[in-house]
Amino acid sequence: MPYEIHTAPGEEPEDVPTTSGGTTTWPMWEVFIRPRRGLAHGHAGSLHAPDAETALQHARDVYTRRREGVSVWVVPTDAVYASDPDDAEDLFEAIEKPYRHATYYEIPEEVGHM
Amino acid sequence: MTSHEERFQALIDSEEKIESTDWMPDGYRATLIRQIAQHAHSEVIGMQPEGNWITRAPSLDRKAILMAKVQDEAGHGLYLYSATETLGVTRDEVVELLHQGKHKYSSIFNYPTLSWADMGTIGWLVDGAAITNQVMLTRCSYGPYSRAMVRICKEESFHQRQGYEILLALCRGTDEQKAMAQDSVNRWWWPSLMMFGPHDSASTHSEQSMNWKIKRVSNDDLRQQFVDMTVPQADYLGLTLPDPDLQWNEERGHYDFGSIDWDEFWQVVKGNGPMNRERLSHKIKAWDDGAWVREAAAAHAAKQARKKEVA
Repeated sequence: MPYEIHTAPGEEPEDVPTTSGGTTTWPMWEVFIRPRRGLAHGHAGSLHAPDAETALQHARDVYTRRREGVSVWVVPTDAVYASDPDDAEDLFEAIEKPYRHATYYEIPEEVGHM
Repeated sequence: MTSHEERFQALIDSEEKIESTDWMPDGYRATLIRQIAQHAHSEVIGMQPEGNWITRAPSLDRKAILMAKVQDEAGHGLYLYSATETLGVTRDEVVELLHQGKHKYSSIFNYPTLSWADMGTIGWLVDGAAITNQVMLTRCSYGPYSRAMVRICKEESFHQRQGYEILLALCRGTDEQKAMAQDSVNRWWWPSLMMFGPHDSASTHSEQSMNWKIKRVSNDDLRQQFVDMTVPQADYLGLTLPDPDLQWNEERGHYDFGSIDWDEFWQVVKGNGPMNRERLSHKIKAWDDGAWVREAAAAHAAKQARKKEVA
């Protein structure tokens, strides 16, 4: 359903700390779904579960209520090692290398599609 | 502005999404944590008014539909808690804030569901208003929130259509059934308009949220959009909307409508609505009653892990 949540005038909203206080919650899992045969698993979201088997069951309830796929992977969130967004330029080539793209090369029209 | 802030604002200004690993101002993070968590709480509390009618649905078909809808609301709550957690808080922390009454949920759920027709009206008007707001939020600058909204909006369409169909059936039924539908719409119309929040002139958080592109359209504009969309749908049902000032304004190209009772709105926001206490105490009870399930699942997982070690 909705929402826009409103605070009455003079009533200050309570902000939670922006870093986790470390509670004893179930571990988090990332969920990946293969929409149909022949396609790669894509990231669908995350959830909490005490173990992998339960995580699969939860993934089925939370992310695939409408036949969204034919296969589900669950991966412990801790196992994902991510790149730093500030490193994006180093990782993904700041300097354009146009000769790596097919469109860089001019082929005469008479040659036909290549 | 620091270089971090400049880069952040540049991303926002160029319609790029912000992702969880990006640098962001503390205010942006705090605003999102509060907004997404409270959105999640609303989905979860929103199961109660409709759950109230599952055992009394008039047919097996309607019962199955209502159960699927309530299950969707639970799912929507979970998508949104996940999005909140990308910002560095745990689900337990924000749920605790709800239980302590320090976080809110949408005021619309503090109204009671008195008749079966309310299942129709909630789908049509309440979900309709929600969709208007959530379609806007699919364009929100925070990636995880925007993606959760895309997923939710796809599912909301079923919610609104099943509600309208319930009302259509009642309006084509006996005089009593049609009267039940009319009574329901009379009760839900104004609270639905209140869902869009105070007038733009009285809305305190809107401007910063608009600059950060968390919010993309103003409260009054969204409300007008909803009214314009809904009036012809009411006409088709043969129901009247309880507002003598409601009429088409040729010059503006929009419907004019009467003034909202803001006293009622603030009373409900402050916790004095008809159902505020019951909704929260039921939520806390459900959480407490479910403790043994959480403990059992954790014990089972620990036992399986030990078995694996031995083997």
